[in-house]
Amino acid sequence: MALFTRAPKAEPILGQNRVVAAILGLLTWIIGLLFFFPLFWLVLNGFKEESVANASPTLVFDPTTDRFCDVTATSKWVSWFTELTNLCQPSEVTGGGLLTFSEAFSNSFWIVLISTVLVMILAVPAAYALAIRPMRKWRDVLFFFISTKFLPIVGIIMPVWIIARDLNLLGTRTVLVILYTAMNLPLAVWMLRSFFAEVPKELIEAAQIDGCSLMGQLRQVILPIVAPGLAATALLCVIFAWNEFFFAIQLNPTGASTMPVWVNAQQNFQGQFLAELSAASVLATFPVVIAGWVAQKRMIRGLAMGAIK
Amino acid sequence: MAEVRYEAASRLYPGAEEPAVNKLNLDIADGELLVLVGPSGCGKSTALRMLAGLETVTSGSVHINGVDVTLKPPQDRDIAMVFQNYALYPSMTVAQNMGFALKQAKVPKAEREAQVREAARILDLTEYLDRKPKNLSGGQRQRVAMGRAIVRKPQVFLMDEPLSNLDAKLRVQTRTELVDLQARLGVTTVYVTHDQVEAMTMGDRVAVLKFGELQQVDAPRTLYSAPANKFVAGFIGSPAMNLLDAEDVDGAPGIAGAAIPLEESVLSQLKSQDLDQVAVGVRPEHLTLGTTGIEGEVTVVEELGSESFVHVTVSHRGEPTTLVVRDRGETETGRGDRVKVDFGGPIHVFGSDGLRVEA
Ligand SMILES: Nc1ncnc2c1ncn2[C@@H]1O[C@H](COP(=O)(O)OP(=O)(O)OP(=O)(O)O)[C@@H](O)[C@H]1O
Ligand SMILES: [Mg+2]
Repeated sequence: MALFTRAPKAEPILGQNRVVAAILGLLTWIIGLLFFFPLFWLVLNGFKEESVANASPTLVFDPTTDRFCDVTATSKWVSWFTELTNLCQPSEVTGGGLLTFSEAFSNSFWIVLISTVLVMILAVPAAYALAIRPMRKWRDVLFFFISTKFLPIVGIIMPVWIIARDLNLLGTRTVLVILYTAMNLPLAVWMLRSFFAEVPKELIEAAQIDGCSLMGQLRQVILPIVAPGLAATALLCVIFAWNEFFFAIQLNPTGASTMPVWVNAQQNFQGQFLAELSAASVLATFPVVIAGWVAQKRMIRGLAMGAIK
Repeated sequence: MAEVRYEAASRLYPGAEEPAVNKLNLDIADGELLVLVGPSGCGKSTALRMLAGLETVTSGSVHINGVDVTLKPPQDRDIAMVFQNYALYPSMTVAQNMGFALKQAKVPKAEREAQVREAARILDLTEYLDRKPKNLSGGQRQRVAMGRAIVRKPQVFLMDEPLSNLDAKLRVQTRTELVDLQARLGVTTVYVTHDQVEAMTMGDRVAVLKFGELQQVDAPRTLYSAPANKFVAGFIGSPAMNLLDAEDVDGAPGIAGAAIPLEESVLSQLKSQDLDQVAVGVRPEHLTLGTTGIEGEVTVVEELGSESFVHVTVSHRGEPTTLVVRDRGETETGRGDRVKVDFGGPIHVFGSDGLRVEA
């Protein structure tokens, strides 16, 4: 998740030595670059020939977009509408068992979109109830939600796999939609609750007195106020679902799978694949980085919502 | 148009030991402006919110226009409320804020806009109709909150300290505007404040609360001239009444060794009481500085221009006690002067039960 903000030029802290400040500044840059470097190298490798990528590391090379073409070569662009209509069927394994880029992309797109919409539809009323009309022991309820995240996924993959098999859901996008919804729901409820709790109680009372129904209060008064929080929550759900790999590879390793599985499939055992893998990784990371960058401002406002009036 | 009635209405908050409002009985006439006043935490807001339907009535009942609304939700009570922090909808413009209730009531758009414009005209808000609340000053926000209430033409207005976020000058100005507006609209209004000056200047009648119990409800003048008990006597009036435990001076209540001139009927009622438990009260304007009376020393002079308040320390029940005396403006009296304080007006006497002893 890329969240670069431009901080206002730092005021020197009173009594702090200029040299110390300079060293601290330098250190910050170094650490920042250290974090950024692998990503940078990944992008660079994506533009190299296989042989160059596998040779000793270099910054000087002839950039080429061939690797990007290679990994997306088998692309067969399908209309998203038809994709949606057969979302519930296990899709055919195409291209000799290989997942194509366009398939993986549209699978990811739809799985992420639908699971996030479901999460929001379920989480908003739950968060409303917990924040604005809490019942007795609401804290326990909240704790129960988050406690579902304590289990390591590896620990439950067996039962999940068996249930999916018995329901005939292995290899479908549906199973991932369900799992991603379940996976993100506790987080979304947790986050949204804190945003809802920020809404002044008097506003809701004023709406009640103005003759507003429960749905009306939610739609016309509360949601406009928590909109940045909603956006931030939805974005996090999108990112987590987009990046999810373990469920995808376990339950859905073939044609109906997602971008991370597709990236993984770019490895092969017959030759060099570093450049292709890099190109594929870049393609898989790209949408999330873009989304994060576009939503950056809203997101930070959402995450820091306590500060808005 | 409606009258409001509280019938032994109580509110006990879950977990609290004492009710926040205790068996409140109150009748508010159609078109009346009733002010609820009392010190912080006495249950004013709670009483108001019980009428609004925002707070459960744990026992007793609340009636609007003869209809028992105790169990009705706020939506069904046809009331409008102005909150202390105004509670304007931040995402809506001034016009949308004011028209919100009408929109909920499915009033056609054209009619709604006409009513909003009319209210905006009355409150001088026309040029701000398209602004968001965050781009308004405190005074303008207050007027929008008022506007939101009057657009509705509700049965009852409820106001919870609507002026307390304004600066002193604007508060005084808005106060008179509000009284005028209320009188013109003729809508029954319950107004909560902790400021007794606001209560006295605005209310047709004023209800004084203490610890959730109604102490007295009367016209401001009566409240001032005939406080029903010690608490009301001390609470109403600024500066406060001089309220002292009486001294026994030859079998009659006195202050600092001087017997108080009291009517025969009052004295006879006090016969049976322990004079040490009796309290006497005199307002500063009913004491005079002169050549006769209780001797004391001036410790503070508060000069207000048109008048001044002189604090005189006298020896009462063997202890230095301060009496506040009103004097004319630009008084010559100064700190350290030895003066004499005499009675020059009505004196209030409260029996050992704290209640007023009427002549
Ligand atoms: N939600 C609540 N839960 C429990 N007790 C409450 C609650 N709200 C108010 N109280 C208590 O009830 C009493 C009356 O509160 P209320 O808000 O009516 O006072 P008030 O007269 O409006 O005071 P102020 O002038 O400070 O606004 C107080 O002692 C308060 O602590
Ligand atoms: Mg209050």
